[in-house]
Parts: sequence; structure tokens; C-alpha cells
Amino acid sequence: MLDAAFLMPLLPLVGFVVLVFFGRRVGEPVAGWIGTATVAGSFVAACVTLVGLADQPSGARTLTCSDTCAPGASGHAFFDWISVGGLHVKLAILLDPLSMTMCMFVTGVSMLIHLYSIGYMKGDRDFTKFFVYMNAFVFSMLVLVMANDLLVTFVGWEGVGVCSYWLIAFWFQRDSAASAGKKAFIYNRIGDAGFLLAMFLIFSKTGTLTYLGVFAHRHLLVGGGTVTAAVLLLFLAATGKSAQIPLFNWLPDAMEGPTPVSALIHAATMVTAGVYLLCRVSPLLALSPDAMWVIAAIGGATAFVAATIACAQQDIKKALAFSTISQIGYMVLAVGSGAYVAAIFLMVCHAFYKGLLFLGSGSVIHGMETEQDMKRMGGLRRVMPWTYATFLTAWLALAAIPPFSGFWAKGDILTNVYAKTLVLYALGLLTAFFTSYYMSRIFFLTFTGRERWAEEAPDGRPPHRRPHEPSWVMRAPLVVLSFFALFAGTVDLPWVHVGTLAQWLGPVFGSRLFAAHESVGEQVGLAVADGVVAVVAAYVAWVLWRRSADRPALEPTFLQRVWYWDAFYDTLIGRPGQAIARACAVVVDGRLLDGAVNWTGRLVQSIGSGTRRIQTGFVRNYVVGIVVGMAAVLAFMLSRTWWS
Amino acid sequence: MTATHAFPFLTVLVLLPAGGALGVVVLGAWRGLPRAVIEWFGIAVSLATLGLAVAVAALFATTTGGFQFVSDHAWATGLGVHWFLGIDGISLFLVLLAAVLFPIVLAGARTRTDARSFVAWMLLLECACLGSFVSIDLILFFLFFELTLVPSYFIISGWGYARRAYAAVKFFVYTFLGSAFLLVGILVVAFAHEHQTGVLTFSLPALEHTRFSGAGGILLFLAFTAAFAVKAPLFPFHTWSPDAYAEAPTGGSMVLAAVLAKLGTYGILQFDLRLFPQPSVDLAPLLLTLAVIGILYGAIVACAQRDLKRLVAYSSLAQMGFVALGIFAFTSQGMTGGVLLMLNHGLITAALFLLIGWIYERRQTWQVSELRGLQAPAPVMAGVFTVVMLASIGLPGLNGFVSEFLVLSGTFLTHRWWAVVATAGVVLAAIYLLWAYQQVFHGKVDLASSRTRDLSWAERVVIAPLIVVIVFLGVYPQPVLDRITPTVNSLVAHVDAVTHTHEPPVARAKVAVHAAPARRSST
Repeated sequence: MLDAAFLMPLLPLVGFVVLVFFGRRVGEPVAGWIGTATVAGSFVAACVTLVGLADQPSGARTLTCSDTCAPGASGHAFFDWISVGGLHVKLAILLDPLSMTMCMFVTGVSMLIHLYSIGYMKGDRDFTKFFVYMNAFVFSMLVLVMANDLLVTFVGWEGVGVCSYWLIAFWFQRDSAASAGKKAFIYNRIGDAGFLLAMFLIFSKTGTLTYLGVFAHRHLLVGGGTVTAAVLLLFLAATGKSAQIPLFNWLPDAMEGPTPVSALIHAATMVTAGVYLLCRVSPLLALSPDAMWVIAAIGGATAFVAATIACAQQDIKKALAFSTISQIGYMVLAVGSGAYVAAIFLMVCHAFYKGLLFLGSGSVIHGMETEQDMKRMGGLRRVMPWTYATFLTAWLALAAIPPFSGFWAKGDILTNVYAKTLVLYALGLLTAFFTSYYMSRIFFLTFTGRERWAEEAPDGRPPHRRPHEPSWVMRAPLVVLSFFALFAGTVDLPWVHVGTLAQWLGPVFGSRLFAAHESVGEQVGLAVADGVVAVVAAYVAWVLWRRSADRPALEPTFLQRVWYWDAFYDTLIGRPGQAIARACAVVVDGRLLDGAVNWTGRLVQSIGSGTRRIQTGFVRNYVVGIVVGMAAVLAFMLSRTWWS
Repeated sequence: MTATHAFPFLTVLVLLPAGGALGVVVLGAWRGLPRAVIEWFGIAVSLATLGLAVAVAALFATTTGGFQFVSDHAWATGLGVHWFLGIDGISLFLVLLAAVLFPIVLAGARTRTDARSFVAWMLLLECACLGSFVSIDLILFFLFFELTLVPSYFIISGWGYARRAYAAVKFFVYTFLGSAFLLVGILVVAFAHEHQTGVLTFSLPALEHTRFSGAGGILLFLAFTAAFAVKAPLFPFHTWSPDAYAEAPTGGSMVLAAVLAKLGTYGILQFDLRLFPQPSVDLAPLLLTLAVIGILYGAIVACAQRDLKRLVAYSSLAQMGFVALGIFAFTSQGMTGGVLLMLNHGLITAALFLLIGWIYERRQTWQVSELRGLQAPAPVMAGVFTVVMLASIGLPGLNGFVSEFLVLSGTFLTHRWWAVVATAGVVLAAIYLLWAYQQVFHGKVDLASSRTRDLSWAERVVIAPLIVVIVFLGVYPQPVLDRITPTVNSLVAHVDAVTHTHEPPVARAKVAVHAAPARRSST
């Protein structure tokens, strides 16, 4: 059954190739169905593989390619990708409970969002191209997750990055979309430089880049801060891909892409790749407590900062984007605390409810003819009951209202952080308050209160037509995801110890897994605190935003302008950078270097024109003659003096 | 020097294009001949040359690092000059690169005026390029090396753009000045060898074992490197290149940047490192520093360009910096990466200049500010441009990444901080290329853009081979690496043996590395 593993990435790749060459010919909607079918096949392959892997005894669930590759496998890998001197990189699969878990929700959520996109992208002039990019994305994401080797992970890592660039800039005629795509690529590229350097460092010490090889020789990395440097460089890569401080600014802009893209790439899957990478290299993290502290602190800070910003956003997708950043901050905080299972737990739950929230917002945007301003919504409960009901479940899950999935996942993280350090726990709890508040605000502004869409906007835009529910291809994914948003928490309930996510993932992390040893009383106390904070925050939002959409005091410019983070980068790096580039081009290259060349040229020319009276011809010919003559004489002299 | 073949592959390979050039001249004497006949004749000759080059590659043995297909004939006996040709893992792919690109240039970058002279000069240039890459007699190499200048000069000045006269003279004089140093160097090396052994020869394998005093070696190294650094170009000897690349006709830019530039780095590898191992190692920090400056400086200046051709010119400066970086790292990975990057950069730059040339044909400009939103009317062109651009940025799965990764990881092993700084160049490349792409292909379509034609079928056929190779070498570079590595290993071994330095163990070891830590952990 494990032979099916290679089909997971292969099927979307086939879909991609088919759509590149024949997509335009088959057109809409067949291209969409081809895309969806290949990803669905990939999901089936993942299910089959999961069953096969679960059949193995729990200690023997880490399989590399030699155990799982089927056709074309030459012993250990599909083929040798790069092999020079001591560097050997094979294209091979690493299958263990961690990568399996990722594969399951990546293929599952992708399948649903592909289906949804058939409805959402209906009538777009680049309908087929959309599915070309989406299939390429699923393929790259699976390569990232299933790779047996850091460098092959990097292939997927860059692949998802470029798909993200294409899909953000999908409506390329809009300048804002084109710029957002570029921004995402460049921010990610900065992180990628960290990934590259980490690989160079690890290779120079261990002579290998396969995960298992590096872990086996990880003692070679100890000493001289090597392991800390390697982990922090990988973390830099993670901050880029997972939109953490200091490289988080690209994600809100990425909302320029079509909403299914935001749901799949910028919420459910790609942006969690950084967390996955850190979990994957947990044996290295364990060697560097310093790096763990940095990771935990950055994660906590990002969670807090992004949650505050989300409280003041007006654009529904931007608000959800900051929510994503904040939620990933929680995951990173968990990783920094050694609570890897909790991080993955939240990642899975988040994939469901955040994917659902974006699809729900997409359904709203679709129904309101591209309106994204929550101040122009309100009262949608009555006109979009399906969207309302499913969005409601996602709201309850994200706000961490007990007993829905977010409550269990976030509670798991906070319990672990509490045992690590009280300061970060307090920050996490404060963030939990803001989380529940901003999510409730989004929900009330969109679905309850006055039907502001039926009124003229304050700036004079005409009222909207009556919003409508989307077709069934868009509704079905909402219902499926909403089921998981509500009940995904049950895979790892704190008092159950058999058949849970923790038991499944446990062997991957082994003793490195931080075990929070609170008493039952403490655990219950922490859970009650979480629950109370979430409910109180939701109540506060209900009081404030249920009826009114206009409270400028609660939306300070500081938060709307994202803590002035973009302005800060622009002043500190953007503009000086442009000035330096211009200075280099004009002054250094033009005046200095080329100036010297031209000056020499003119000098020779003036000498030449002096001799022109004697002979006729071109100056350059004489330069040549002089130089060659000099050369011969010089050579002769030198050869006599040096070796006689 | 193992495999010798009865058929003189290399001699024919070099002389075939020259014969073709002669044929064009003869054919051209017939006045009424349609230009298409001459153009197709040129394409046919260059395709035949390509066929020969492919045959050489197919018969090339991967088991040895030495020269193959050697053909050695005394030429000017009294002077010790031989018609001495051979090919190794370093020159093989440069020969193939040239052989692939010339048919594409002749088919895809035709000129409007005087096709006869253009095709003749191009074929002569192909002969000179191929001759340079396969000559292992220093004088013969020098002759071919210089011979490249003549057709290039006439191509730039004859079919170039507004400032073509200035650019052509600057290109000619600048590179010729560098060559003067090279000629001095070659003569001194030969005389020194004669002094030590009593034999006057210019054969590279023979001269490899000549010994030089410290200062003498360094001066000779600098004399050789001056010529090669100008040709490549390496910072700060690059200022002729933006002018020459920008003012040359499309075909000229393609050949200049993709093939002729490689003569510089090829010369460094094949002649500097073989003849002067000790000075090469001693001066490596200097060259590495220039390389790193070139990488960052080229990328930064590229960010400030508003002209597509100049942007690609500065991007080339950065890429050639990566090549030099890989060479002077003195590790298998770095040097193999450097050789592979020469090939990859040639393919990518040629494709970029070709595409930019096609944009010019449609719009009569390559100013970024005058182009906008081309992706809507020309999606295929945009798609092809995207692939080439991403290859240049170094996206894994396309060819540029493999060489970039090998260069940087190989450099990191011996010169860590140079590699760290150079990695920043990877970020900068994304900035200027994505910016240019956004300006030209994204954005609202204006009237002029909406009338821009997409690639015709003929154009697609011409550029398809480049795209196929770019993708193939990204996915499966191993056949190429297998042919480069033996030569690179023997070159690194040669340098290590003379200078008593050693590659770091992880660079070379296959199993030992994995065994070593196990032993250490058991104690």
C-alpha cells in the first residue's frame, strides 16, 4: 500500500503538464475538473498510504524511498539529481507520521479548494491558467513535505513560492496585484537565502543533506555556535515562508490574489511550511536552547502584533490575513517551546477553519460582486444562510470557544508554553483575548446588524444589489470544512491517550518532545482561563460591533498602518537602496570606471592624432601596433633577465 | 589523452564554419540570389557543425579527465607552434553551447540588411569560438582568441544601434589591450620552458609543469588574467560590456554575452590554473573578492537600469562573478558549478537577448518605461520569458539553480564569508528581474501593447530548444556533471599537488565522511 506514496506528487504534476499543453484546448470548465480530479486522486493515494503506514508497528513508521518507491526506483531513489564529489542529492521520499499528516490535510484541503475554484473562477479569461498554477502548487507543496533531503525540500519550497507569486499576481492588469506578487517573492527570497546558507553550513560539517543523515551526524554540528547558526538560518527561511516577524509584511498584500488562493496557499498550506520545516529538523533544534528561545519569542511577538492589527482592519481578507499571521505565530511559539505536536495540531485545525473562513469570505465577495469592505456588508445572515452557518462554525473554532477545535489546539499550546515560561504564556493569553475579539468583530460586522450593503456608501458609492448564495460546487467544500472545523479538536483531546495525534506523531519527535507536567488541577485551571478569555472577548465584540460599524476610536491609525512596519522598511531599506543603486550606476559605473576608460582612450587618441601627420589610417591600428611591439620586446627582456 | 579517433572530429568542427563563411562569400558573388538562400545555407552549415559537436559529446569518454579527440600536427616547426586540438570536460560543453547557439542566432536574429556579410561574419565567428575552446597550443589559442574580435567588431559596427561605432571601438580596443598582456605572458612562459628544458613548445600539457619564481609567476598570472578578466568581464573591467551588448544587434549580443564572455572564464580555468597553480591559489582571495564585488555590484547596478539590454548586461556581470567564485574556491563542487554555470548562463542570456530582440522588433524600444502589460496580448512570449527569468533567478527545477547551488556550496567549504556575501546576490537577482518583468509584462494594457503580436510559430520553434535544455538541465543535470567532474577533479588535484593544499574532506569524500563520524562517536 505504501507504493501509492509516489502517486501523491505525481498526479498533480501530470495534471499540471496536461493543462499546460492542452488546457486552453479543453477550456472551461473541463480544465478545472482535470485539475480537481488529479488532486482528488492524490488525496486517495494519501489515504491508501496512510492506511499502509498505520499498519506498521509504531516504531517502524519512518520509511525512506528504498522502502516506498515503486516504478523507476533504482534501488534507493527515483534518480540521482545532483552528484558531485562528496555531494549526493537523490530525489527520494521520506515517509513518516509527520509528513503523512501534512500530506493528508494538504491533499484533502487542496481537493476541496480546487472544487470550489471551479465555481469561483467561472468566466475568468484565464480560467485554465489558474488550474495550471494550482496544480503546480499542490505538486510543489507535496515535494516540500515528502522530501528526504533538505535540498529537495528546498525545491518544493521555492516551487510553492513561485506558484504563490503567479497566483497573487494572477490578475496582473491590476498594478497592486502585480506588485504584491513581486513583494511576496522577494520577501520569501530573503528567507530562502537563509535556507541556502543553512544547507551550506550543514553540508560543510556533516557532508550530507538528507534529513536522516544529518540527524545521525548531528554531533558534528555541535560547538562554535554552528547548530545555533544553522537553526536560526532555517528559522529565517521559516519567517519568510510563514510570514513571521521580521518578514511578515508580504502576506496581507498577498490577498490581492483570487480568494481560493488565499484560502489554500496563504492560509491552509504554504504558509505553514515554515512550521513544518522547524518540526522536521527538531533534532537540530534540540541541540540549541538559545535558538529555541529566539523562535519562541518571535512566535509569541508575531502572534500578538498581528492579532492587534487584525482588530482594526476593514477589508475582510486583510483581517483574515493578519489572523493567519497571528495563528502561525502561535505555532512557532509552540515549536520554540518544544511542543511540536501541539504546533502540528493547531496547524491541522487551522487549515480547516482558516480555509473555511477564506472560502466563506470568498463566497461573500463573490455574492457581493467583489466587495471586500466589511463596513459595506452587515446582515448577510438572512441572504446567505449557507455561508452564514458555515462561517459561524469557523468563527467559533478560531475564537477558541469551547468545545470547538481551536480551543483544544490553542489550549494545548498555551499549556506547554505555561510550563516553559510565564511571560510568553501571559502574552499568549492576551493574544487569545484579541483573537476572539477580532474574529467576533469580523463575524458581527459581516453577518449581523444593519444591511449596510443596501445603503449608499459614505463616500457616495451606490448600494449593492442583493447578494446571492453561490452554486453547489462552492457550497459543498464549505460544508465539509465546517464539519472538520467543529470536530478536528477530537484528534487530540487532553484526557485521551490512545489513538491520538500525540501518539501518532510521538515517535517522530521522541524524547525531544517537551512534556508539560502540570497537575490535572493546573490543566483544568488553564483550560478554564482560555475558555473564559475567549468568551469574554467575544462578548465584548458583540456589545461593540453588533449594531454599529463605525467606531474610529477602536481602529487607530497605528494599527491600520500595521504598526508602520512597511513605512519603516521603506525608509530604512527601500529608498536608501534605490539611492545606492542609482549612485552605483551613475557615479561609480558611469563617471568613475567608465570615465577612466574613456579618459585613457582620449589620451591615446590625442597622441595618435599627433602622429597622424606621419602616417594615414585608424588610430586603433596604431595602438595595436605599439602594444604588440612593446609586448614582444618586453617578453624577450623578461625571459632573459629572470631565468639567466 | 586516451581516446583518439580516426576521423579528425575537432579539425573538421573548427574548419566547417570557416568553410561555410567562405561558401557564403562565394554564393554572395551571385547577385540575383535571394537572401533566404544564403540565410538557409548559413543555418545548414551551423546545424552540420552542431551535429558534429553532438557526435563528439556522444563519443566523449566519462572515465578520464584528460584531453580527448586530440589532433596534433606540426605547423610552424621552427617556432614550435602546433595545430594542436583537444577537448576535455571543461571545453566540451562550451563547444556544445556555441554549436547550439549559432543556428539559433542565424535563424532567430536575422538582420534586415546585407544578409550575406552578416552570415559570413557569424560563421567566421563560430569558427573562432570553437577554435578557441579546442586549441591546446597557446599560440593557436591566442590566434583564435584574437580572431573572435574581427567578426564581432564588424557585427557591432555594421548592424548595431545608434551608438554602435563608439561601442565597437571601445570593445575592440579594450579587449585587445588585455590580449597584449596575454601575448607577452604566452611568450614568457614558452621561453621559460625552453630555458628549463631546452624545448620550445606552446603545448599546454607540456607547459603545465614549468616552474616559475614567486614574483614571476604572479606577474604572469596577472598578465593572463588581465586578458581573461576583460573578456569575461569581471569587475572592474566590465564597462565595455553594457555598451557593446546594448548596441550590438540581437545576434551579436547573444554571441557576445553567451559565448565570447565564456572565453574569459574558460581561459582562467584552462590556462591560469594549469600553468600557474601556485599564483592562482595565492591570489585567490583577490579574485574571489573581485568576484563577490562583481556579483553584488552587477546586481545593484542592474536594479537601476531602465533599458532591458543593459539590465541583462549587468546581470551577466553578476553571473560571471559567480563563475569566477566557483573557480577560485578550488573545490570539486565550486569548480564544477562554475563550469556548469558557464553553460547555463550562456543558454539563459542568449534566450533573454533573443526575447528582448523580438520585443524590439515589435515595438522598436527596449526602454522599460515604454513597455507595459504585454502578458495580455502575448501570453506565450510572457510564459517563455518567465521560464528564462526564473532560470536566471535560480529557481530549483531550472538549470540556473544547480550551478548556483554548486558554486555557493563549494565556495562555502573553503571561503565561507565570500559565499555568505555572494548569497545576497541571489536575493538581488530576484529584485531586478521581477521588477523588469512587472514593468514590461504586467499592468494595464495600453493601445500600443494591445497590438503587440505574440510569438509566431517560427519563433516558438527557434526558442524551444533553449527552453527544453533549460528545463532538462534543471531536472536532470547529472549527464553533464558526469562529464565535467573528471576534468575538474584532475584540475583540482593538479593545483593541490603543486601547492600542497587540500580540498576539504566533505568536498571529495564519498563514503569516508559517513564512516568518520561513526568512528568518532564510538570512542
